[in-house]
Amino acid sequence: MVSKKIRVLIAKPGLDGHDRGVITVAQGLRDAGMEVIYLGLRLTPEQIAEAAIQEDVDVIGLSCLSGGHLALFSKTIDSFRKKSHKKVIFIGGGIIPKKDIPALKASGIAETFGPGTPINKIASFIKAELEKGSDDNED
Amino acid sequence: MTEMEERKKEFRTTVDGIAVNRAYTPDDISENEIDASLPGEYPFTRNIMSTGYRTRLWTMRQYAGFATVEETNRRYKYLYQQGQTGFSVAFHLPTQMGYDSDHPLALPEVGRVGVAIDSLPDMEDLWAGIPLGEVSTSMTINATAPIILAMYIAAAEKQGAAQSQLMGTVQNDLLKEYVARNTYIFAPEPSMRLTTDICCYCAQNMPKWNSISISGYHMREAGATAIQEAAFTLANGIAYVQAMIDRGMEVDSFAPRFSFFFAAFNNLFEEVAKFRALRRVWAKIMKERFGAKNERSMMLKFHVQTGGCTLAEQQPLNNVVRVAIQALAAVLGSCQSLHTNSYDEALALPSEEAVQLALRTQQILAYESGVADTVDPMGGSYYLERLTNQIEAGIEKYIATIDKIGGALEAIKRGYIQREIRRSAYNHQRAVDAGEQVVVGVNKYTSDEPLDLELLEIDGSVTRKQIARLSKLKSGRDNERVHQILDKVRQVARSKENTMPVLIEAVKAYATVGEISDALRDVFGEYKEPSVL
Repeated sequence: MVSKKIRVLIAKPGLDGHDRGVITVAQGLRDAGMEVIYLGLRLTPEQIAEAAIQEDVDVIGLSCLSGGHLALFSKTIDSFRKKSHKKVIFIGGGIIPKKDIPALKASGIAETFGPGTPINKIASFIKAELEKGSDDNED
Repeated sequence: MTEMEERKKEFRTTVDGIAVNRAYTPDDISENEIDASLPGEYPFTRNIMSTGYRTRLWTMRQYAGFATVEETNRRYKYLYQQGQTGFSVAFHLPTQMGYDSDHPLALPEVGRVGVAIDSLPDMEDLWAGIPLGEVSTSMTINATAPIILAMYIAAAEKQGAAQSQLMGTVQNDLLKEYVARNTYIFAPEPSMRLTTDICCYCAQNMPKWNSISISGYHMREAGATAIQEAAFTLANGIAYVQAMIDRGMEVDSFAPRFSFFFAAFNNLFEEVAKFRALRRVWAKIMKERFGAKNERSMMLKFHVQTGGCTLAEQQPLNNVVRVAIQALAAVLGSCQSLHTNSYDEALALPSEEAVQLALRTQQILAYESGVADTVDPMGGSYYLERLTNQIEAGIEKYIATIDKIGGALEAIKRGYIQREIRRSAYNHQRAVDAGEQVVVGVNKYTSDEPLDLELLEIDGSVTRKQIARLSKLKSGRDNERVHQILDKVRQVARSKENTMPVLIEAVKAYATVGEISDALRDVFGEYKEPSVL
C-alpha cells in the first residue's frame, strides 16, 4: 500500500503558454493530499526529465495545447528513461486529438485528461495506478 | 399558497460574480447618479458614436492562420469571400517567441497554432493578392511586434502602399503576457520600451493604425472574473498611457489610436454591462487622470472574441449556441470588431465548415436579428443599468488598489494580479467539479456518443518547408549586410532611440525573426518569471 505522500511533477514542454489547466490541476492535486512541484512553462523535455529525477517523483504530468504533444511528450519520456529506471506514471493533458491517444499511450503516457476533466478523476487515477504498481511489487 | 423554493441558494452572474436579484425596478438605478448620456456623448457609456451600427456594422474579423503562408493566404481569401471585413493574423509560437522555424525549440511547434513567419518574403507571400493599402489587418503579436510590424510595413511598401495609408492593429501588449498569455521574451522594462517605440512610431507615421490592443481577453481566459478582466485591462491601459507621457508624448497625440480587446462570455447581461462600464470608466480616466482634451482620446474602442474556454470538447455542436449568445452580447455591447469562435474550438484549429458557421453567426445577428438597427438597445433595462454601475464600482475599487501598490507594472512584479486571477480560476474549477456551475454536456446532460468531426490537421511537412525556405533565404541574401544591420539593431536597442526604423531596415535586408530577436536578447536578456505557485 502506498503510505507516503504521492509526489507529482507538472510541467509544460515546448513553447505553449496556456497554463490555466496545469495550475488548476496542480492546486487540485495538492488539495487531494499530494505533493506537487509545478515546474512551469517553456521547458525542454530534457529539463523536465532531469527535474523529475532530482525530485524523485512518482508521477509526471505534461501539458501541451499547441499540438506538439506527440514529439514533446515522447521525448520527455525517452529522456527520463535514459537516465532512470524508476517506474513513474506519465499523464498528459491539453488539446490532444483522440486519434493521437494510442500513439501517446504506446510511447508511455498512461492516460490523457482533456478539457472538461474533473480534478478528482485525475487524483483517483493516480492513486489507483500507484496502488496497482505497488501491488505488482509485492511478491 | 406556499412560496416555491428557488433553484439555487444564491444566484450570481458567474462563479465569483455579482449577486442577482429576483427582479429589478427603477429603484435599483436611483441610488447612483443616473448616467443619462446619449450614444456618442461623454462618458460614452452607450456607444462611442451616436450612429452605432446604423452607419457601419462592426468589423467581422476572424482570427486565422496555420501552417504555411500559402495555406493561410488561401484561408484569408476564403474568409473574405464568405463576408468577413477585416483580417486577423495568428502567428505560430516560434514567431511569437522570437525563434526561426529551424530552432530546436521551434521544431515541434512549426505552423501548429498559427502561420509560420520567419522573414520578410514570408510576410510578402502571406498577403499575395491582398491589397494592404485597402484592407484592415489585426496582428496578434506581442514580444516580436516591432519586428512583425516592420515586416508588414515593408511588405505593404513593396505593394505600393505608404505606411500612412495602412489600417489595422498590432496587439503589442506585454503586461498581459506576464499574467496570462505567457509569450513574453524580455523583462517588463525593456518590453515597455519596445511597446512604446511602436506607439510613438505609429503616432508620428501611421495615423490609421492602432498601435496597441490592450487586452483583457487572455486574463479572462486565464480565469479572471468579468470585473477583474475589465479592471486589470484598464490598469494596464493607465500604465501604457503614463509610459507614453513619460516619453514626452502629448496624450491626445496617441490615445485616439489606443484600442482594446475583451472577451464575451456566457452571461449576456453581465457582458453587456461590462462593455458599457468599461467605456464609462476609461472615458473618465482619460479626461480626469490624464487631462485629455480630444474626445477621441476618451473613446474606448474594442475588439471582442467570444470566450474560448467556455466551449466544450463534449457535444461540440452546443458551442454553436454558446458562441451565438456571446456574439449577441458583444454586439449589444457595441463592439467595434468581433471574432466568433468555431464549434471545434476545443479540438483543433477551425475547419472550413466550422469557421464558415462562425462567420454566419455574425451575419445572422447583423442582418436578421434587428439588434444592430438601434444604438445600445438594452439601455434603460433596470437590471442592465444596475449591473453597469456595479461593474463600474468593482473596476474602480481594483484600480484604486493597484494604484496603491504602485501601478500595474508593480502589481504584476509582486504577483498580485496573477494571484487574483488564479484564485478565480480555481474557484471556477471547484464550482464546475461540484456541479454548482453547470456546463451543459460536460457535467450535466452528458452523452456517450462522440461526434465524428472532420478536424483541421497540421502535418510535419510544414517544418520541412519552412526549413527549406530559411535555407534558401540565407544563401540568397547579402549576409555581410545582415551582420552589419544586426550590429546596428543592438546599438539602437542600447540607446534611447526608437527601434522601429532600424528594424524596418533589418527586415528589408532579410534578417530573420530569430536573428533580430537574438540581437535584442543580446541587449535585453531573457525574462524568467518568478513562480507564483
